[in-house]
Amino acid sequence: MSKLLNINIDFMRARRLAFILSAVLLLASVGSLATQGLKLGLDFTGGTLVELHYQEAPDLPQVRDQLEAAGYENFVVQNYGSSQDILVRLSQGFSPQVGEEVRSLLGDENSVELRRAEFVGAQVGEELRDQGGLGMLVSLLCVMVYVAFRFQYKFALGSVLALGHDVLLLLGFFSILRIDFDLTVLAALLAVIGYSLNDTIVVYDRIRENFRTVREGGPMKLINLSINQTLIRTTITSLTTLLVLFSLLIFGGEMIHNFALALIVGVLVGTYSSIYIAGTLLLSLKVSREDLALPVKEGVLEEDGRP
Amino acid sequence: MLNRYPLWKNLLILLVIAVGIIYALPNLFPEDPAVQITGSRGAIEVGSSQQNRVERALEAGGITPKAVSQENSTLLVRFNHADEQIRAKDLLQAALGDDYVVALNQAPTTPEWLKSVGARSVNLGLDLRGGVHFLMEVDMQAALEQQLNVTASEIRTTLREERLRYRQVSVEDGQVRVLMASQDLLDPAQSRLMSDLSEYQFTQEPEARLLVLSLDEHAVREVEDYAVDQNLTTLRNRVNELGVAEPLVQRSGRDRIVVELPGVQDTAAAKRVLGATANLEFRLEAKRSADPLDVEEFEYRDRPGRTAELERNIITTGNNVANASVGFDENNNPQVDIRLNGQGGRLMSQATAPNVGRRMGVLFIEHKTRTKVVREDGERVEVREPYTERSIISLATIQSQLGSSFRITGIGNTQEASELALLMRAGALAAPIYFVEERTIGPSLGEKNIERGILSIQIGLALVVLFMLAWYRTFGIFACVALTTNLVLLVALLSALGATLTLPGIAGIVLTLGMAVDANVLINARIKEEIYHRGVSPQAAINTGYEKAFATILDANITTFLVAIILFSVGTGPVKGFAVTLSLGLLTSMFTAIAVTRMQVNWVYGKRHIQRLPI
Repeated sequence: MSKLLNINIDFMRARRLAFILSAVLLLASVGSLATQGLKLGLDFTGGTLVELHYQEAPDLPQVRDQLEAAGYENFVVQNYGSSQDILVRLSQGFSPQVGEEVRSLLGDENSVELRRAEFVGAQVGEELRDQGGLGMLVSLLCVMVYVAFRFQYKFALGSVLALGHDVLLLLGFFSILRIDFDLTVLAALLAVIGYSLNDTIVVYDRIRENFRTVREGGPMKLINLSINQTLIRTTITSLTTLLVLFSLLIFGGEMIHNFALALIVGVLVGTYSSIYIAGTLLLSLKVSREDLALPVKEGVLEEDGRP
Repeated sequence: MLNRYPLWKNLLILLVIAVGIIYALPNLFPEDPAVQITGSRGAIEVGSSQQNRVERALEAGGITPKAVSQENSTLLVRFNHADEQIRAKDLLQAALGDDYVVALNQAPTTPEWLKSVGARSVNLGLDLRGGVHFLMEVDMQAALEQQLNVTASEIRTTLREERLRYRQVSVEDGQVRVLMASQDLLDPAQSRLMSDLSEYQFTQEPEARLLVLSLDEHAVREVEDYAVDQNLTTLRNRVNELGVAEPLVQRSGRDRIVVELPGVQDTAAAKRVLGATANLEFRLEAKRSADPLDVEEFEYRDRPGRTAELERNIITTGNNVANASVGFDENNNPQVDIRLNGQGGRLMSQATAPNVGRRMGVLFIEHKTRTKVVREDGERVEVREPYTERSIISLATIQSQLGSSFRITGIGNTQEASELALLMRAGALAAPIYFVEERTIGPSLGEKNIERGILSIQIGLALVVLFMLAWYRTFGIFACVALTTNLVLLVALLSALGATLTLPGIAGIVLTLGMAVDANVLINARIKEEIYHRGVSPQAAINTGYEKAFATILDANITTFLVAIILFSVGTGPVKGFAVTLSLGLLTSMFTAIAVTRMQVNWVYGKRHIQRLPI
């Protein structure tokens, strides 16, 4: 496999293209978030959720007609896992009888079974949303401090901007495709922060090392070199993570479907951003060798020097 | 150069792995479906006579239990199948009656030697096991108002006793406003009240002849904490009554309480019990000469069978109890300090003044419901009927006229005193509590979830293993051994720490496994690079490869760890479960990906000179 090691792709030459691509995607994301927002799941909006199991696969439009005829408004009927399971979401408040009411409306006890009926309070959603948002802000801040401390403030800025880029694109993805944004997706979003950061730090770590040890070439050449050197690792890690995530998506069941989907998109965006955005941002921030110069005594530096 | 770990390092790594395996082991022993029988009150013993009844009832029902055992006054009956368990529960409840609580349970089959080192299987969250989840909110506004009203009535009593004339004492906007009869009474009133009400801040509005008492943020928090604690206590008592195994009653945030009842499917019944109300009544003990019509007989709560006769006439009720706590008298004997509000104090002093020397009983009243099976048109129908249970929790001699603060002494030990105080508080008027959220998760859905979760982990792991073997060959084997060790250690940690595994938690495990490979990929890529780009000898390449990758792995993992910790501290429920497994997984993966693989590499390659490294 050694031939794969000699990769030398001029990533930085395509950086304008990448910038344009990111700008377009960001604009689309922000635009969609501003105009239609997120399709918040019941965790956030509040309401009642009823899961039913049919002996024989039901006809969804017919179920909708039945519910409409009974006077329900603003409801969603969808298959849940298998064709025999359906999920009915009602925007009305919860009472212990709702589940049984819906079940008896849709069929007798032998053909339709009530799996669960639960109430999700909107206020709870709000509290969790605030906490999630707060968590994200505090995480970003802590990470910035740590990176600024271990690297330099330009790296901190670059990594956090790259993170913001990833989070915005992921939110945009869920907004544009109108996929339910529920708590599991929020958890995934937070995990993406961790993952994408991990990726960016590995690249930055290499950039830091090369800035200190490789003597020739300007910042652009060194960043390019670093990205190439870490490319195999970036690809393999993303690949193994994606393998696991795809098995979650396909076999993990309906309840973690959106979670897996969010992480897959997040890993793809995170990989892209750690290659393009994180490095290009450093260039835009005019990173230089002096930024990373080690305050060391003479001679000690030679330890890392190449022959 | 050669790569060798000193002996102690190898031994330490192997020791950690061995300990990990031991603590992960209990998860391999499947739990038995079981039924747990306890007395509905602490005083009711479960012994061999109950065991005989249970065995006879099961035999009559045609069920053969796997085992019947007694442990600390509970009886545990294990079964071979889950459907037997449910059938047996109904059978046994009918056979034993209301004095015993029969609850469904999952009994671990962990061998004794594992239990003796504290190893246990991992707790499964509600989403994996099924059960009900309630989120309740304590009405803080009402709690605060209650407290202020109690203070207001205390102020009225004090001012009247001290003959400091006032026009009105009112509660407004979280303040107690005292309107005095004249301006020059403000100072004496304030200095008198301040000694009793040190938690309040006093301000005067001389023009309006007003004395304003307000609680500062700290004191407000204290009132709120008290209200939540009181409700927690009450809820715990009631949950215990449901006889649920491993219930969770936990404060969540400032004003919320989470109640999780694994294995309970009937939300309505659980809600009835949780929302049930308890109360107290203070009554004088009946005189011997009393008219039998004015007398009622009650059992003692902790001594069934023993009774006492109390008057029908009620002095006051729990609605007037402001607080009850454990204290100690001059001789360091435990006592229960009771504080009544103004109205309660007045009633108490009126009733006790002419009755010093007689005894006063405290009745604990619970409103409950029970299920009865009745025959109706030849069919067996379950009927729920509400009933009230009254029992004496204290009967003590009145030593002197009692006011709004008095104490019950002569209590055996501190434990009994705190139990009495707890019952008093449970029966006192607690701040109202509301159901904010309720979820029922079916056990079948739970099973399906856990099956799917495990299946997806297995498939994901298999794919990663295959890929690593194909890509890195020998070093791939090292990485896979490390990955398996990582999973074992993670499971061991989760089990030993008593963390609860939920669906997002499983997702967190899967994610860490995917990311754990990253460390090995980093190391291997570095070793490859040293060999092919820098022409370094294999042994030196291994050494520098690990060294250089370590710095990167550390930086990357610390940043992710930071995120996980913050998620844990601000998140609730699912977010928290995810953060726990993610952060523990990061820790174990650092160890396995670096130390465990290095040990293997050293064993295989470290002791000899090699020309080529198959990496």
